[in-house]
Amino acid sequence: MKTTPRAVAVALLTTTAIALTGCSASSESGGSADAAECTPADGAVDLTFTSWIPGIEEVVDIWNAENPDIQVKVQTGPNGNGGTYQNFFNQLEAGNAPDLGQIEYDALPNFRVQNGLMNLADCEEVVAAEDSFVDWTWGQVTFGEEDSVYAVPQDSGPMALFYRSDLFEANGIAIPTTWAEYEAAAIKIRELGGYITNFSQGDINQFAGFVWQAGGSWFENDGTDWTVDLTDETTTTVADYWQGLIDRDLVSSYPAWTSEWDNAYNSSEVWTWNSAVWGANSIASGAPDTAGKWSVAPSPQWNAGEEASGNWGGSSTAVFTGSEHPYEAAKFALWLNTSEEALTAMNKSANIYPATKEGLNLPVLKEGVEFYGGQAIYDVFAEASAQVSPDFAWGPTMTQTYNDVSDGFKAAVSGNGTLKEALESGEKATIDALKSQSIPVKE
Amino acid sequence: MSAVTTTSAPKQRRSKAPSPSGPKEKTLSRVGAITVMSVFTLYFLVPIWWLFVAASKDRSQFTNTNPLWFADFNLIQNIGELLAYRDGVFLKWMLNSAIYAGLGALLGTLFAGMCGYALAKYRFPGRDAIFNIVLGGVLVPATALALPLFLIFSQVNLTNTFWSVFLPSLVSPFGVYLTRIFAAESVPDELIEAARLDGSGEVRTFFTVSVKLMFPALVTVFLFQFVAIWNNFFLPLIMLRDEVLFPVTLGLYSWNSQVNQIPELRAYVLVGALLSIIPLIILFLLLQRFWRNGLGAGAVK
Repeated sequence: MKTTPRAVAVALLTTTAIALTGCSASSESGGSADAAECTPADGAVDLTFTSWIPGIEEVVDIWNAENPDIQVKVQTGPNGNGGTYQNFFNQLEAGNAPDLGQIEYDALPNFRVQNGLMNLADCEEVVAAEDSFVDWTWGQVTFGEEDSVYAVPQDSGPMALFYRSDLFEANGIAIPTTWAEYEAAAIKIRELGGYITNFSQGDINQFAGFVWQAGGSWFENDGTDWTVDLTDETTTTVADYWQGLIDRDLVSSYPAWTSEWDNAYNSSEVWTWNSAVWGANSIASGAPDTAGKWSVAPSPQWNAGEEASGNWGGSSTAVFTGSEHPYEAAKFALWLNTSEEALTAMNKSANIYPATKEGLNLPVLKEGVEFYGGQAIYDVFAEASAQVSPDFAWGPTMTQTYNDVSDGFKAAVSGNGTLKEALESGEKATIDALKSQSIPVKE
Repeated sequence: MSAVTTTSAPKQRRSKAPSPSGPKEKTLSRVGAITVMSVFTLYFLVPIWWLFVAASKDRSQFTNTNPLWFADFNLIQNIGELLAYRDGVFLKWMLNSAIYAGLGALLGTLFAGMCGYALAKYRFPGRDAIFNIVLGGVLVPATALALPLFLIFSQVNLTNTFWSVFLPSLVSPFGVYLTRIFAAESVPDELIEAARLDGSGEVRTFFTVSVKLMFPALVTVFLFQFVAIWNNFFLPLIMLRDEVLFPVTLGLYSWNSQVNQIPELRAYVLVGALLSIIPLIILFLLLQRFWRNGLGAGAVK
């Protein structure tokens, strides 16, 4: 019996030893981001694919049935920022990342900087697919460079204006087509006791979409150095505009997707929402009592007659470094994101809005939507998608940037500081974060 | 999840007249104590009440009805929908949690009990050193160990398996600590001596004599360990990829992170959260007799 504790001690020591070697060994196993050798394998291939799209299993089942030689195993989990990205980084570190993974556009640069993505520029089929994707989505995965394709675009979030057609009509207010008209409408609606829209507390992604529409860009990479500019003229204009609405109490400020937020829309307190295509479901589920009273129009413009649109969200399918079968992985990624059957299935199971030009004309997206009074709302978004600027780029530390700016936004909405100050401090913090990770920054 | 809050429930059972033998208390301080306790009980129970009410509502009633009172009572129907969703994956998660937590706590308790007993009842070199190391383990949060564990399990290709969540759950430094203290107090050396004279081996003595004496402590350790594993979220989050291996906490979390895309998931998350605390409540009610004794016995003797 005396040996038991000793055995425990031995076990403890061995565990510690493994832990130590585990830590030191894994740091050497980081992959390089050389262009992949894109050649087919000899025999059958098994691939792993991590995504968080609900119901993605059924879509992949279609592929598996048609491709006995390339079998894909799906793994699901929480959404990217909910833990899956961190897991990807851990797995890359440990050398057991899946072959493919879902990554949102704003997180791609981060993975690239960490050498996590395989460059698919040698895969002819991928390069040949460029024309089938909406231009700006291709820019998101190539970072605007030659000979680089770091992922296959999956879905997109072009923005348009959801509005309460019944309230606008009953009160004789015209649907705003410019941001100036939007402001004027906001004043009238406030007099009637409502709010024109809700400026979400701490939601910087929507704001990024506004800046994108206005033609701003926060990050730039010239091949080696990063430029960070969260306070350029365009961004400042947009920030000042919304600050003006907040200061005059013309917009409400509930945190998005909470019960209060749902209730504000459901009770007709808030009249419009300039949001992405997937927002159609947020309203339909959050404000069921207002069914049939909503419509969709193009986003208000900064100058009358312009046709610019912003984007909010969207993701891609990337092949991780360390995958032994980039050719097959790329082939699957292309099928998943371009074939009509896959796009239709993903739209059906999870309202995924495609990133291909043809995908925007899927039969399911041509139908009228009951909640929106039978309007074929996706036509509006298809148009918007073509109007999104391809020049907007994300930085390699977006999670941190979001956190910093959204803290400032929360404070600004409650009257402490301004949106502009939040962006200024976010810019400073982002530059510090880049420097601390030894990512070269041009100032 | 907030299951731990149910510990406040047993307190109410003491609200009878003070026992004649107990220390005398002033009426004022009694009223004060009861007030404070009622406030806290309410504070702990309101979230569960809210969860129950919310889970019983129709999705359209969720936003526009009083959050603390019922609208149409749809609980049964909601549960039915939850269980049917995606071929009953929720049931699978509940089952996984039950296995991780039930089996893990059982074996974990056994190991902790054996270890604590050995540390209390045998003299050998390095005994205090080992105990101090284990005691140090109490201070290290499980979250901090998750990442190193992931790297270790990666080396032996065990990530994304049942074992990657199960094996780390077997370790309970706090259990070792508690059972050691308890064994030292409640298992008399004379009894072990007597068993030896009767020809009983050490293992047999442990299982037939000592375990019975240590039972309250073991139940306490089991409960703590069960709750810890049931609520453990970070380790499965890091280790597991396959939905079929998820415990219920991780499953609900991953649904919750997709509410933007699939709004009906919100209702499932609520109903699922309600169902997921039921096993803990049942366990506490069943075992409270033992574990209350367990905590008390170690303290006074």
